[in-house]
Amino acid sequence: MVKNLFNVLKKDPYALTGVLIYLFFILVAIFADLIAPNDPLRILFNSGGLARNIDPGREFLLGTTSNGRDIFSQLVYGSRNALYVGLTAALAVALVGTIVGLISGYFGGWLDNLIMRCADITLGIPFLPFVIVLAAFLGPSSWNVVIAISILLWPNSGRVIRSQVLSLRERAYIESAKVSGCSNFRIIFIHIGPNILPLSFLYGSIAIGWAILTEASISFLGFGPSDVISWGFMLQDAYSSQALSLGAYFWFIPPGICIVLMVVAGFFICRGYEEILFPRIKN
Amino acid sequence: MLFVLGAVATIIFFMFRLMPGSPLTAFIGTTFTEEQHDLLVKKFGLDKSLFEQYLLFISNTLQGNLGLSFTYNKPVMGMILEVLPNSIILTMFSLMIAYTFGIIVGAYLAWKRATWVEGIGIPVVLITRSAPEFWLGMIALALFSFQLDIFPAGGTSAPGHIYYNTLDKLLDPQFYHHLILPSLVLAVYLQGLPLLLMRSNMLEVMQEDFIFMSKMKGLSSWTIVIKHAARNALLPVATAFTLGVGFAFGGNVVIETVFSWPGLGRMLVFAVSSSDYPLAQGTFLFLAAILIFMNFLADILYLFLDPRVSYKTRN
Repeated sequence: MVKNLFNVLKKDPYALTGVLIYLFFILVAIFADLIAPNDPLRILFNSGGLARNIDPGREFLLGTTSNGRDIFSQLVYGSRNALYVGLTAALAVALVGTIVGLISGYFGGWLDNLIMRCADITLGIPFLPFVIVLAAFLGPSSWNVVIAISILLWPNSGRVIRSQVLSLRERAYIESAKVSGCSNFRIIFIHIGPNILPLSFLYGSIAIGWAILTEASISFLGFGPSDVISWGFMLQDAYSSQALSLGAYFWFIPPGICIVLMVVAGFFICRGYEEILFPRIKN
Repeated sequence: MLFVLGAVATIIFFMFRLMPGSPLTAFIGTTFTEEQHDLLVKKFGLDKSLFEQYLLFISNTLQGNLGLSFTYNKPVMGMILEVLPNSIILTMFSLMIAYTFGIIVGAYLAWKRATWVEGIGIPVVLITRSAPEFWLGMIALALFSFQLDIFPAGGTSAPGHIYYNTLDKLLDPQFYHHLILPSLVLAVYLQGLPLLLMRSNMLEVMQEDFIFMSKMKGLSSWTIVIKHAARNALLPVATAFTLGVGFAFGGNVVIETVFSWPGLGRMLVFAVSSSDYPLAQGTFLFLAAILIFMNFLADILYLFLDPRVSYKTRN
């Protein structure tokens, strides 16, 4: 599998680009303290007093906000929040979808029925409005997006994993495991689980992009935390501080580009990963 | 469908009821006397038990009564119906653009499989799908409204202008002038799905026996692509369109906020941020109902358009 991975990366320039983009942002997030010249939330002063609405230049690489904060430093620190939200959401979706799919597919019967009805109900809840209400309910925090995504996105992965489990549980090796006295728990997690792990990864990686986009939207609408720097927060700050009419492109273009890069990298990796999982797509 | 709708309504009711703080805090001024407070509590039915409130909520909702807005003191249903046409027009307009564009370009990209057109086209599409709608909207606003001054910066009419009714609005050219920018931005975001779907369907259909057969019959590649392949590849796109309507309504929240477009999504944002629970609850319920209805419609449409589905389930 690992060898296969390198081969695919070599052959698939998209997937390679995706991986490189992620590596870049991970490095930026780790070394944010060293890269960012200023504290992203500190209000800066220069010789002319409050350093507000300064154009990009040598002193401030991307200029400053209308409150006198350094845009470049905000951009650098924003990568932390994006990675944090993206990766935790991916983990949560993979975990919930896998467990639900395994239980539903393996046990079948009324439990399966119940879970699938819950899936129907979940699919009837509008996604973004739900996150907004949840944010109002739980108070502004980056966790809201992760919670909402794991509550609402599990039916997609859960259903696919369930159908996979349905076919796996009929295999002979599961029967022999049962005959030899394995507990259900052991069969599910030791014998079936590893076989559907690649699918969980796939759905998890799809969730990264979703989570980052959702987090940005929520912050933009003003339901995000105001003490955590994220790209969505930067865009909201720019929008509400009249950056659009001032033509301060250097303020609101870079955070958007970072979001696009991060999400598109996820798409590219998914595509490459799908080719490892289902090689026939290649043709 | 009704079961799902009922379940979602129940979830919504308890979700809003369990919110921290008294729902009336936004409504009551500090100068209110105890008496006035009690009167309000009674008026909104907050003195009854949770279960009684729930029954009342369900029966009222069934009668189309979604309660009174705390901030406006007007019936929520009326407020929703007032902004609903704006949301419908925006959504449908951009979905039309997005799907027409997506279907044509998707089929084209499938035809150009393994050429440089595909090599550039697919990443571009993926990038448009990864760009936050509101960010595209901000760029469009900065560029076309503030810098070039071609399109208005938001709303549905020039400041001071009032439409008398929906018909008046639909006949007024300035409404469309306001509609273009938000619907184009939304369309840029929405076109990715039909495009990629159409492309992969086309690739799949083109490998089927009946396409091989038509090639052997000596039909031109144009006839094969349009008459035989595209028609079959369109089926899933039609379903996606129905699902897309329900989904777009929920996702419009951001676009409507960026362009100050008075629709359901913006009303929800306003209601939640001003703790207007009846309004937020009503709008949420409405968005959910649209989504559920569209999911249901998609299932039916699929059975209707593709007889193979029902055949498969019967076996």
